[in-house]
Amino acid sequence: MFVINCPYCGERDQSEFSCGGEAHIVRPKQPTELSDDEWAEYLFMRKNIKGVQFERWNHAHGCRKWFNMVRDTSNDKIHAVYKMGEKPPVI
Amino acid sequence: MTKYRISKTRFVDQTKNISFTFDGKAYHGFEGDTLASALLSNGVHLVGRSFKYHRPRGIMSCGSEEPNAICQINDNTDLTEPNVRATEIELYDGLRASSQNCWPSLSFDIGGINNLISSFIPAGFYYKTFMWPKGFWKKIYEPLIRMSAGLGKSPTQPDPDIYDHKHEYCDVLVIGGGISGIISAKIAAKNNLKTILIEDKNILGGSTIYQNNKNFIIDNQKSNEWLMNEISELEKLDNLKIKTRTSLAAFHSYNYLLAKENISDHLPLNKKNGSIRQRLWKIRADKVIVATGAIERPLVFHNNDRPGIILANSVKKYLDFYGVATGLNNIIFTNNDSAYESAVSLFEKGISVKIVDIRKKSSSSIVKNAEELGIEIYWHSTVVNTFGYKKIKSIEIMNLSEDGSNVTGNKNKIQCDCLAISGGWTPMVHMHTQSGGKLDFRDIDQVFVPIEKSENHINVGSCNGDFELKEIVKNTNNKVKKFLNINEDSLDKISVLCSKELEKKNIWLLPNTITEGKTKSFIDFQNDSTAKDIKLALREGFKSIEHVKRYTTTGMATDQGKLSNMHALGIIAETAGVKMGTLGTTTFRPPFTPLTFGAIVGRSVGKFFDVMRKTSIHEWHIRNNAKFENVGQWKRPWYYPINNENLHEAVQRESKAARDSAGILDASTLGKIDIQGSDASEFLNRVYTNAWSKLGIGKCRYGLMLNEDGMVYDDGVTTRLGENHYLMTTTTGGAANVLSKLEDYLQTEWPELDVYLTSVTDHYSTASICGPNSKKILKKLFPNKDFSDVAFPHMSYQDAKIDKIECRIMRISFTGELSYEINIESRYGKSLWESCIEAGEEYKITPYGTETMHLLRAEKGFIIVGQDTDGTMTPIDLQMDWIVSKKKYDFIGKRSLYRSDTIREDRKQLVGLLTDDPNEILEEGAQIVSELDKKPVEMIGHVTSSYFSPNLNKSIALAVVKGGKKLKGQKLFIPMENKNINVTVSDFIFLDKENKRINA
Repeated sequence: MFVINCPYCGERDQSEFSCGGEAHIVRPKQPTELSDDEWAEYLFMRKNIKGVQFERWNHAHGCRKWFNMVRDTSNDKIHAVYKMGEKPPVI
Repeated sequence: MTKYRISKTRFVDQTKNISFTFDGKAYHGFEGDTLASALLSNGVHLVGRSFKYHRPRGIMSCGSEEPNAICQINDNTDLTEPNVRATEIELYDGLRASSQNCWPSLSFDIGGINNLISSFIPAGFYYKTFMWPKGFWKKIYEPLIRMSAGLGKSPTQPDPDIYDHKHEYCDVLVIGGGISGIISAKIAAKNNLKTILIEDKNILGGSTIYQNNKNFIIDNQKSNEWLMNEISELEKLDNLKIKTRTSLAAFHSYNYLLAKENISDHLPLNKKNGSIRQRLWKIRADKVIVATGAIERPLVFHNNDRPGIILANSVKKYLDFYGVATGLNNIIFTNNDSAYESAVSLFEKGISVKIVDIRKKSSSSIVKNAEELGIEIYWHSTVVNTFGYKKIKSIEIMNLSEDGSNVTGNKNKIQCDCLAISGGWTPMVHMHTQSGGKLDFRDIDQVFVPIEKSENHINVGSCNGDFELKEIVKNTNNKVKKFLNINEDSLDKISVLCSKELEKKNIWLLPNTITEGKTKSFIDFQNDSTAKDIKLALREGFKSIEHVKRYTTTGMATDQGKLSNMHALGIIAETAGVKMGTLGTTTFRPPFTPLTFGAIVGRSVGKFFDVMRKTSIHEWHIRNNAKFENVGQWKRPWYYPINNENLHEAVQRESKAARDSAGILDASTLGKIDIQGSDASEFLNRVYTNAWSKLGIGKCRYGLMLNEDGMVYDDGVTTRLGENHYLMTTTTGGAANVLSKLEDYLQTEWPELDVYLTSVTDHYSTASICGPNSKKILKKLFPNKDFSDVAFPHMSYQDAKIDKIECRIMRISFTGELSYEINIESRYGKSLWESCIEAGEEYKITPYGTETMHLLRAEKGFIIVGQDTDGTMTPIDLQMDWIVSKKKYDFIGKRSLYRSDTIREDRKQLVGLLTDDPNEILEEGAQIVSELDKKPVEMIGHVTSSYFSPNLNKSIALAVVKGGKKLKGQKLFIPMENKNINVTVSDFIFLDKENKRINA
């Protein structure tokens, strides 16, 4: 059970949040131009890294804002938290 | 006093007599006793039978590591509790305990026959034996295994006790109230840190609190007396909270810990009533100091499991803490110095004691102490056998060979009534590893010790591998100061004297003259696994410790291998010829000791199990005899039986009434999302499959929402309330998820859109009135309103007022009938409903529930998302191509509708099914086949909805069938247990295909 520093609310218990999987997967602007393989790449393929991973999180039982978080999945250390649209930090 | 209660101690109040029963027999103990110490004081050692061989077993320890003395507490059907350790139960007046795993009685147990045939039931016996013949499984093997499986009896009635959860925060949490925990807590609390000290026993002090040996001196006092003073000083510290009877269950990441506090388990029966039984603490601590101590190891030799064989330090605790002698003629069998403390204690109380030591000598002060007292010591010897069936009577010892790998010389038989064993100590590293910490193997004394890497927790005392008193005091002081950034402490200059162990020797499996296959050298006492079993597993090719564990079940009993894991590892390492440190350990998972289900669920039982959502009309439904159905957290009226109608009869009546005259449905539970903003229309264009820009203000439209994978996600009618204002409805169960999904897209993919979403599900109540007479009822309710088809056409909405209260009327239909939905602020929901009922009385308006709603919409072939779809259905599969816009460039899921998989023609597609026998009603979920003779028969689909339609007077069903679109008119079969049902694929719109009724 982590403590997550919501960029809008501050430190809160993990139970208030839900994880939305890998971050920085942008929905293609022109899906119709894509081949099946390219679309499948967007739709299905996720890295699921053991180590430092960039993730989307939602403060579901709080401000309901989505934000990004850099977490080491091997030890749950949270390296950074930043708002949607902000540049990912270099870890 | 009984024969075995040989002295008074400050921990047991011998003026307070407590009576209890064990296996129906009455006994007495005193306040401060555990069930185990009270039984021992009455000379009762035999307390249970072992799991597999049903061998008699006795109390072996004095704490949570106890493998044998597990009891059934209470005998009533609701409060009875199995697998409770007698060593942890504080005695109370009226306690009724009984032994487990024996029949007909503890003393005469039929299952004991397993012991005689034990050579035929080795490790893996079940895996090897119950494989064949196949037919034996159901009738013979399974009942047999079930009969012998499990320990104790579960309660058959709901638990009447109250359990509680509480959150707690602190600067420093100290786990364990032994000497190192006490030192740590004092340093932390004295330095203004909010500190919590938890201890699973009822008093602080660990094993030092009864250490009265003169070889252990702190600050010129005996260590127990020094510690007593420290404890009384602790109690004066304001920012220290001491929680006794509280055991740590789990240590999660970010210093989030769960601890279970026993609040009333120790109280007499007449004082328990009404009080909370246990409380689960959810603790978030800035810093954690683990001081959980160490567990004494047994020794592994032939017949090492008889009642009367007890861990040496437990013998000392029973003697010095409880005043109970576990035997009057003791032998101590050890490989280390700590057992000599027990010997000295026994001797000083005038109790006979001898020592067998596998080492050649030891020159420590405690051993000298024993020698000076004249205690007989058999050096360099080992126990090779024990005798006595229900209680140990004698042992045989032999000399060890020079290297300890074998025995030499003659057997020497010695009489005894208690054999105290000590194989050294195992640090309790469970908490450290649970939190993610790693371990290092220390060869010199064969222990795993924590590798300290975390900034937020440390291990101190014997759980850190510090076993000698001086090390414990000094290292704990230094480590805690560094951890908490504290410079000085009163302990810095304190003097500590203690015995120092210089000679160490360990043999995991002691040698014997008998061939190994014929010995019973127990490693896991509770699961009856022996050294022989481990070796067999290795011979059969199991290499990983995790595999050996599962194959032999070593360490898998309720004690989770607290006593057995190290020996299993040791024997594996020796047999496989590898270094023990390289094997790793099995994984220590929470909880550390078993938790009650009650403590886990806390108050979330009965009506607090889940949130119950009720509409504002709920009371009316109850008054009118509604039967309810759970839809998500909502309670929805399912049907309203009149007199003794069953579900079928009520639904037939309701369905007929709704089509013949008027029906009314509480539709308040449908999800409602208020959508506003200048980009609201564009937003709807992107989230629904159909087009929204041209929807006129005041108009309603049905929308289908997909996932990005093209599968139907939700549906509902959305109404345009204004230029930039919509009201979306969703399915009842999908409301929260739809809102989350829409918010996700708005915040992450399309932040440029000016759109605001507000959930208004609970803010409005909805009465849905349908049927040919609905318009007349609406007219009565809203006399000033023009309900003509021109002024108020289908799929439109108007504002209105009823008794000056504003409401919205939508003319939309989920039944295919002429139908209106009135939305009103929730607090007026019930009065609106009652007005509708009153106005509809002359048309016999009939309230109907979800079952009738499902039937009516099925007659019209309207899908229910989640019933006719399951996350694998595209709108094309549902034959809803009409709602998928060809013109829109993009919407959620559009691209997926022409992936190679979604354009397959043999996908499951929605069809109607008609049974050859119109009275035959199919079972929802039933599988559909096209050929009956084919083996294996291919299932080509399943029934999703099925009803008997009173309006069509026949059975109808919706189904999804592979390539179903092309199968219209084809005969298919539904194989059931006793018969095959013939069906014909039909159109899925069964009634009013021309949509005439909507304007009736």
